[in-house]
Amino acid sequence: MATIQLTDALLVQDYVAGNENALAVLIKRHESKIYGFIYSKISDRDISNDIFQDTFIKVIKTLKSSSYNEEGKFLPWVMRISHNLIVDHYRKTKKMPMFRETEEFSIFSIMSDDALSIENKIISEQVEVDLKKLIEELPADQKEVLMMRMYQDMSFKEISEITGVSINTALGRMRYALMNMRKVIDKHQIILTN
Amino acid sequence: MAKIYSKKTVVSNNNLKPKKEVVSFLLSYSKALSVIKINNTSFEIIAN
Repeated sequence: MATIQLTDALLVQDYVAGNENALAVLIKRHESKIYGFIYSKISDRDISNDIFQDTFIKVIKTLKSSSYNEEGKFLPWVMRISHNLIVDHYRKTKKMPMFRETEEFSIFSIMSDDALSIENKIISEQVEVDLKKLIEELPADQKEVLMMRMYQDMSFKEISEITGVSINTALGRMRYALMNMRKVIDKHQIILTN
Repeated sequence: MAKIYSKKTVVSNNNLKPKKEVVSFLLSYSKALSVIKINNTSFEIIAN
């Protein structure tokens, strides 16, 4: 017995009327074209499957809510939906780029562990200790300004208000504090680097 | 003679098909979904 091939328009009509099998026929008929189209733009099977699924979810919702206007253009309409979803996908990945490890590209070239190694940690602690000793050697007024600025993160305006001196004096004390520390560092040839 | 410089795609697009699971999900989703319109607002109902 020869099978009569129903047109897309008739199948859509059938489906809207409640015949679920019509959708199966429509998907079967166009799946390779639509999936192939998506895959040609995405080049990733899993993402293509996701977009294919989202495309048909939209198709199903539109058809079930009877807001589809049949003009004999079922396939171009579905292609348009998938095209828009592909654009959406690229917009999303642009905002949040995904990196895949390949032979030429190693993911670790852009990822690094910022934490200090044990050796560096020890050096850093030693530097801190040395620095504190240096600060202790400063005259009281310079030490006060430097501590407030560097350790308490205060502005010069705040420092001047608390210490009761002008901003310029506070700036000057800071300058002298740094100069004196540099002098001591040079004199004793202290190495303060990590 | 004209040369075609564009590269051929590695996989021919004609044989590509979505996963069976995707298609079967869509068919089940379609069966489960019903959309009801009330005063310009449509409600989607998914049967368990």
